[in-house]
Amino acid sequence: MALDSKIPQGPLADKWTKHKNDINLVNPANKRLIDVIVVGTGLAGGSAAATLAELGYNVKAFCFQDSPRRAHSIAAQGGINAAKNYQGDGDSTYRLFYDTVKGGDYRSREANVYRLAEVSANIIDQCVAQGVPFARDYGGLLDNRSFGGVLVSRTFYAKGQTGQQLLLGAYSAMNRQIGRGKIKMYNRHEMLDVVIVDGKARGIIARNLVTGEIERHSAHAVVLGTGGYGNVFFLSTNAMGSNVTAAWRAHKRGAYFANPCYTQIHPTCIPVSGDHQSKLTLMSESLRNDGRIWVPKHKKDVEAIRSGKLKPTQLAEEDRDYYLERRYPAFGNLVPRDVASRAAKERCDAGFGVNATGEAVYLDFAAAIIRYGKEKAHVKGLNENDDSLVKELGKEVVKAKYGNLFQMYEKIVDENPYETPMMIFPAVHYTMGGIWVDYNLQTTIPGLYAIGEANFSDHGSNRLGASALMQGLADGYFVLPYTIGDYLSEDIRTGAISTDSPEFEEAEKNAVENINHLINNKGTKSVDSFHRRLGKIMWNKCGMSRNEKELKEAIEEISALRKEFYKDVLVPGTADEFNEQLAKAGRVADFLELGELFAKDALLREESAGGHFREEHQTPEGEAKRRKEFQFVSAWEYKGEPKDALLHKEALVYENIEVKERSYK
Amino acid sequence: MNLTLKIWRQKNANDKGKMVDYQISDVSPDMSFLEMLDVLNNQLIEKGDSPVAFDHDCREGICGMCSLYINGEAHGPDRRVTTCQLHMRMFKDGDTIHIEPFRAKAFPIIKDLVVDRSAFDRVQHAGGFISVNTSGNTQDANSIPISKHAADKAMDAATCIGCGACVASCKNSSAMLFVSAKVSQYALLPQGQVEATDRVLNMVQQMDDEGFGNCTNTGACEVECPKGISLENIARMNREYLSASFKG
Repeated sequence: MALDSKIPQGPLADKWTKHKNDINLVNPANKRLIDVIVVGTGLAGGSAAATLAELGYNVKAFCFQDSPRRAHSIAAQGGINAAKNYQGDGDSTYRLFYDTVKGGDYRSREANVYRLAEVSANIIDQCVAQGVPFARDYGGLLDNRSFGGVLVSRTFYAKGQTGQQLLLGAYSAMNRQIGRGKIKMYNRHEMLDVVIVDGKARGIIARNLVTGEIERHSAHAVVLGTGGYGNVFFLSTNAMGSNVTAAWRAHKRGAYFANPCYTQIHPTCIPVSGDHQSKLTLMSESLRNDGRIWVPKHKKDVEAIRSGKLKPTQLAEEDRDYYLERRYPAFGNLVPRDVASRAAKERCDAGFGVNATGEAVYLDFAAAIIRYGKEKAHVKGLNENDDSLVKELGKEVVKAKYGNLFQMYEKIVDENPYETPMMIFPAVHYTMGGIWVDYNLQTTIPGLYAIGEANFSDHGSNRLGASALMQGLADGYFVLPYTIGDYLSEDIRTGAISTDSPEFEEAEKNAVENINHLINNKGTKSVDSFHRRLGKIMWNKCGMSRNEKELKEAIEEISALRKEFYKDVLVPGTADEFNEQLAKAGRVADFLELGELFAKDALLREESAGGHFREEHQTPEGEAKRRKEFQFVSAWEYKGEPKDALLHKEALVYENIEVKERSYK
Repeated sequence: MNLTLKIWRQKNANDKGKMVDYQISDVSPDMSFLEMLDVLNNQLIEKGDSPVAFDHDCREGICGMCSLYINGEAHGPDRRVTTCQLHMRMFKDGDTIHIEPFRAKAFPIIKDLVVDRSAFDRVQHAGGFISVNTSGNTQDANSIPISKHAADKAMDAATCIGCGACVASCKNSSAMLFVSAKVSQYALLPQGQVEATDRVLNMVQQMDDEGFGNCTNTGACEVECPKGISLENIARMNREYLSASFKG
């Protein structure tokens, strides 16, 4: 099947408005006759479910957690971008569009990104109306901060818990519709398959995670807002339950999977402490507004710090290497995430890492504490030269801005970041790749939609900070509710979809067989042991830098590990009870397939772009080197084994932005 | 460290359940509490035993999914943290640790340490929202200035993660802290005023219907709350409730 992105004709700035005027609508009475399934209740799924229900559709929403409020969007810390230009610093829709396309290293779809920038301002209005308590200044207006890769302040925030507040906003909108009976909520349910009837997505097979029951659910359309697949690396900042299963099973039913190798490795996470580690914790990018990143300039100081003979605070200013400020004077500590992560890896690989494992750099707030302290002392008319007073006042300001992050750091690491610099290292955080969708967010399966992190479209090969929340809510509140109507307008006479069809029968049988296989296998190794080994392969060979030889090895190793998994995995308990190991086994089985496709995609892409860095393709200064012949989206069609996946290319055309070398110097 | 764990095991909602002893060795002080349970579970699985079921997801203290009553305290002995952020450095070699589920009539046990907290969701369905449709043309976000003080107070209330520690810690199993956090958030914001009367009456009604107990101002909830939600919110909800009752 040829890929048709269905981008509307006309000038960039008019496309979305024109498209909304051209597409079909469903009248309010007919909406009551139409059912929509939404899987996942994060920012994308939650906002979509609420909005579709407000419009009048009958929504069934599913999440694997015990409540829709737990979805992992809740953990997003720093903020949400919007082109409001409240700061009067030259922001505009075009500038947000430009920053996002450039930040994505010219690997995203122009029309989608422009639409995202266009609706960004509506999101802030909508959320304030819902009662989301964004940070405000003393005049009572909304406050902003800066994020990486941009030269304006357009990020709205609610302390270090912006994702939480936005998700609780979407959750409250859902609650209103659940209360009205327009959303039927299925907690602790996991989607196991999408059911295709006459070429259209008409329902799902889900497992009740409490009773183990396999259920059939039908609808006129299915929406996946199931998040990213960063947990293929085992260690990531994702929640323990975050998984690729819904997306992967849809892929197996015909949805193309796009750019699986585009992964975001976030520069500021708490370093790994030992083999027992189950997940990694992010320290928000907002910290780079005020924190300065450095390592010692000299190896002898590195040694002294590692052996505990020297404290970082004792090292003189001239003996420190603020390497981001040195290499990228224009953006300094606020370069995009891919650039900051690679720069940290470069210093650590060169032997300047500051902890025992050599895999950590400093994020230092001492300068900010002094700067804020002096400002505060001046405002209060106190002595600006009293060092201890200035420090105390400065700490108060930093605490008000980042208090919860500092507390989190202290609880995990057992060090006080107000007194000594934080230690940080890059970790897997987000996946730009995902299910291929057209301009309407429809996958290659008619009636199946993918929104939020689950799709691929807006961030190219690197996502800018504070843009994931923007995209999730844009898709769910403002894009999908329009575009899905166009598709559903053909279904006003269809009537309810029966679950007593051979297609539902087949899908359910398939799901049951998979589960029985896992539970009856009675091997010798735990599910987690396989997941850990997969994660090691992914991190070592498909991580921050990749090369042909190791990618080929990864493909072989993952394929062998998958065979071993099916032969030797041990899943305790039974299929008809609350069985977390069984749920996890199904997820790991899917990661073992996705991982191989991931490596295959990385091998194909013989260029460096954003988060995808091929060692063979770099400039003499070690920066990523794009290649014109790879200006396309790779969309993979399932053909059995991951190695047999068939490549389809969607050419990326840039008519409104000049494709340049991406520089933050 | 070597530890003795006394863990509540209960096959399902109908099972009677009991405390079972486990020994665990080589626990690192840098492990989180849940990572320690991961190690135990791996040992149980490899021995062919059934692993201990417990709820968890984000493991960074924000999703509110983890719970556990550890040595008689919700989320264990540390302050202002959830169980997933509790680290083993809070314990000593040779300690015996009691691990139980959050217990309350309104939180029936599903299995082992996993409880059903959907009563919290239903309280939110009754009024934990502002009735504004998604339109894309609500008024500009800056058209109503909100004092920083009020916005910050609303934010403090809104940081509730809905874990249920307040209910588990309360001798009456009261959900007043949880419910009042949402009522307060909206009561402090101009956007929340229009529906203030119905909201507090409906949410309190639902709270009572779910079988949560009454508040007797002991304040255990505030002490054990991992997010430091203040008792002030309960006072504010009582004021809101009183004035709503007069308005009828």
